[in-house]
Amino acid sequence: MQTLRRTALYDRHVALGARMVPFAGWEMPVQYEGVIPEHKVVRSDAGVFDVSHMGELEVEGPTARDLLQGALSNDIDRLQPGDAQYTLLTTESGGIVDDLIVYRLDAHRYLLVVNASNTDAAYRALKEQELRGSDVRDVSDDYALLAVQGPRALERLGLERGTAFTFAEGEVDGVEVMVNRTGYTGEEGVELACMADDGGRLWDAIVARGIRPCGLGARDTLRLEVCYPLHGNDIGPQWDAISSGLGWACALETDFTGVERLRAVKERGPEQKLVPFRMTEKAIPRQGMAIEGGGEVTSGSLSPMLEIGIGLAYVPAARATSGSELVVDVRGKPRRAEVAKKPLYKKENAD
Amino acid sequence: MAASESYPDELLYHPEHDWARIDGDEAVLGVTWHAQDALGELVHYEAPDVGATIGKDTSYGEVESVKAVSDLISPLSGEVLEVNEKVVDAPETVNDDPYGEGWLIRIRLSDPSELGQLLSAADYKRVVEEA
Repeated sequence: MQTLRRTALYDRHVALGARMVPFAGWEMPVQYEGVIPEHKVVRSDAGVFDVSHMGELEVEGPTARDLLQGALSNDIDRLQPGDAQYTLLTTESGGIVDDLIVYRLDAHRYLLVVNASNTDAAYRALKEQELRGSDVRDVSDDYALLAVQGPRALERLGLERGTAFTFAEGEVDGVEVMVNRTGYTGEEGVELACMADDGGRLWDAIVARGIRPCGLGARDTLRLEVCYPLHGNDIGPQWDAISSGLGWACALETDFTGVERLRAVKERGPEQKLVPFRMTEKAIPRQGMAIEGGGEVTSGSLSPMLEIGIGLAYVPAARATSGSELVVDVRGKPRRAEVAKKPLYKKENAD
Repeated sequence: MAASESYPDELLYHPEHDWARIDGDEAVLGVTWHAQDALGELVHYEAPDVGATIGKDTSYGEVESVKAVSDLISPLSGEVLEVNEKVVDAPETVNDDPYGEGWLIRIRLSDPSELGQLLSAADYKRVVEEA
């Protein structure tokens, strides 16, 4: 039996009455009061998520840039110190080992925030490609990471607005933090990284500012409403990044692992594509459900804002255009759906 | 909004967290407080058709929360006489009132001898405590 790891905030989650579940080798809060109220508070006000289970890798040295340009799909040269970028760690066949955000800390030092379940795989993949003059270290245990998201997140934290995909050193009620203008909910907000030992103080300060604790359940429904893929569900080594709809994060003019394959897929067009869809009949799609005529649901849920079933699915390219009808096999019952545009939920088309 | 934990004495229970309220040769079925609490807020009720035949210990429908799907296990065999359309339209009614407004179906019993196999409230509470 595997022992589950706990973040610095475990005792606080339990004290708040969270339902703790195993997730990627960690014991994490899936919800406190309920997925739906936590989801809605992030859309209307602000919520805080403990995402300290995510991994942090530091890549340092005069050739760190060369290592990352060769290993990651996006163009690392677009980053100045203080900038962040969504990028992919790819396989030789253009599949995705992990999707991650890289932060350029200074001229020769980068921080990569990776998915919890992929920390080891990402570390090994980078370590294998390590160059003379670059050093890859797993610094996951050094950090606590709290995502504060929602239209009132900045106001409640007392932070100014900032440009998306930038970061700066900052401070929240006396705790030194790295303020990252990133998130996974489609709302304005920040992800705050601090030293692991300060995690409890930072959490308490955030909660004292009236920001509601939210679990991984709401994090999942929030990201699905805005069609952010989840590695392990919607993207992974078995699908190439173009078919997964992440061509925008692939700088095909640069040389990185798997680029030839991705250029070829882009050239001839993918056979299947990852698309968002909404149910047009009353039913909730779930991961693994088959789509008639080929294809598979990779994420599915009820949308708390739209109050209909929504999901992401791979479908044949011919049926990947918005408005195409799909039929989802919901445990033996055919239920109609239609391919939609991203994002499934937008503030302006609510109500 | 959510109801507080209770297991009324006048009901019979099935260890798969379903209850039955017996009225002559008919029964009203639902899920227990424990079941709705474990699932969280219900967002979908896949009900059987009126007229369908359902069997004891088998699934007659499904309820879903945002995160989970759960089969509805019938505590008794019979024919479906009525589906609670209020729960079809507003599944969270089950969370608010699992033994009242949140009932799921009404059936005509086909084998009243099955009643003897169900649990009393006290016996069912022990099942919940051991879970």
